[in-house]
Amino acid sequence: MSEILVLVDHVDGAVRKPTHELLTIARRLGEPSAVFIGAADKADGVVEAVKKYGAEKVYVVDDAEIKGYLVAPKAEVLAQLVEKAAPGAVLISSSGEGKEIAGRLAIKTESGLITDATDVQEGPVTTQSVFAGNYTVQAKVTRGTPIITVKPNAATPEETEGAAATEEFAASISDSAKKAKIVASQPRKASGRPELNEAAIVVSGGRGTGGDFSEVEGFADALGAAVGASRAAVDSGWIPHAFQIGQTGKTVSPQLYVANGISGAIQHRAGMQTSKTIVAVNKDDEAPIFELVDFGVVGDLHTVLPAATEEINKRKG
Amino acid sequence: MNIVVCVKYVPDATADRHFEDDFTVDRVGVDGLLSELDEYAIEQSLQIKEKSAGDETADGTEVTVLCVGPEKATDAIRKALQMGADKGVHVVDDAIAGSDAVATSRVLAAAVEKLGDVDLVVCGMASTDAAMSVVPAMLAERLDLPQVTLGSVVENQGKEFRIKRDGDTATEVIGATAPLVLSVTDQSGEARYPSFKGIMAAKKKPLETWSLSDIGVDAGEVGLEQAWTRVEGTEARPPRTAGEIVNDDNGSGAEALVGFLASKKFI
Repeated sequence: MSEILVLVDHVDGAVRKPTHELLTIARRLGEPSAVFIGAADKADGVVEAVKKYGAEKVYVVDDAEIKGYLVAPKAEVLAQLVEKAAPGAVLISSSGEGKEIAGRLAIKTESGLITDATDVQEGPVTTQSVFAGNYTVQAKVTRGTPIITVKPNAATPEETEGAAATEEFAASISDSAKKAKIVASQPRKASGRPELNEAAIVVSGGRGTGGDFSEVEGFADALGAAVGASRAAVDSGWIPHAFQIGQTGKTVSPQLYVANGISGAIQHRAGMQTSKTIVAVNKDDEAPIFELVDFGVVGDLHTVLPAATEEINKRKG
Repeated sequence: MNIVVCVKYVPDATADRHFEDDFTVDRVGVDGLLSELDEYAIEQSLQIKEKSAGDETADGTEVTVLCVGPEKATDAIRKALQMGADKGVHVVDDAIAGSDAVATSRVLAAAVEKLGDVDLVVCGMASTDAAMSVVPAMLAERLDLPQVTLGSVVENQGKEFRIKRDGDTATEVIGATAPLVLSVTDQSGEARYPSFKGIMAAKKKPLETWSLSDIGVDAGEVGLEQAWTRVEGTEARPPRTAGEIVNDDNGSGAEALVGFLASKKFI
């Protein structure tokens, strides 16, 4: 069986959940080899984390020299590993950075690239959701090493012990890969709520909130949900862009999506249409969001949500 | 400074988009237009040009709009010229049809090289049809340029660029020196509408049409048959079955909502 390279998605050595999903998918395709590009002193913790999800091998690449230079050096590292290991595929998480690394890697290795897979099966054959979620597409890479970026929640992480044989890999990085640099960085404050991309339940608010998200947040907390927003709410400055769901924000596919005061324009639907169960609260009974819902309430979110929150909290005791 | 802004002609996202028998996107049967997200790239290019006009040390800045696409894609270029771009280049060739992102980036890169002496290549954050968001990175790779992508704020002092971008875990400022590839998000600033004067002026602006041989790309490197990926099948998502809608007129909406969520085991 050939190696399947999985680029570890992490924040300063803290492995993010999509990595576990990629390792689970990699086991369907071959032998998972995790690639950790980061601080050498965090390697032990990362090896422990990926070992639990079946990594047979871990390539550790010390990023002391390339930290802050964005995607170009990471693509060079992966290209050199592809040459060395001749893997059956390279799996990368479908973040902005992940897709850009994948794009550069595809050109470097003369390989086909598939982005935003919602499933990957033997072949590898990928499934993607396109045209605002109105179509699904099955595709394959036909040249070079399949390079596939995978969306969060594409697989349920399965724990299984891997050998996690560690190998330090010293890549040679060109000067031209170091021409764009992060000059300042402000970490985002943690909200204490689940991450939007990973949450099982998402509660979102739009223009109908009138700028007050406290009722949406209260309802979300009662359900243990992540909070999202429509572009109208973001453009009005009511909530940061990181919370935007839709064509130019995040695409979510949770078990339950609750849209409050969101009309449901195509751009918003693009970001949530593949949710398993959809619920909406909206004053306008002709809002297009009601075409999508499993359950809808025609009413004012400012009265419905607080009452529903109280009822849920009462039931929970 | 020479700015090239790359734009895509896409099927209207609000229309009934679908696939042809060979699984390529139907670009003829659905009305097309300039990809909305590319308007932000045009806007930022024009703002950079306008800022440089007040800088006496800067040479003149020219904005060239570059589009790879079928005959009708001229509409997208025309709109960019109406907004204020100086000239247009349309790469059109039957052999390009069905190209994937890898081949599209090859054609764009060859066209940028033919234009020559380019300081800044500007792209939107994604197309509104395929939405892969990889062409800027691929272009940077092919042109061996740094990339600063997904900027929500763009600032420059001559050829020194700083962008701000909002990531999942942090807000970052990224710096690089032109020549470089830049992409901007829909948070970067509302795109202007063409003025009447702009619409009239656009009619006289130069618009060149290039074939693959004009830019030195072999037809065997592009198109559907040569794509490095292959679509095996497409399936329309079944329409969602109509759900239950209740009215909160009598104040029972919240209870009904909670009842539904409990019945689905979300509570």
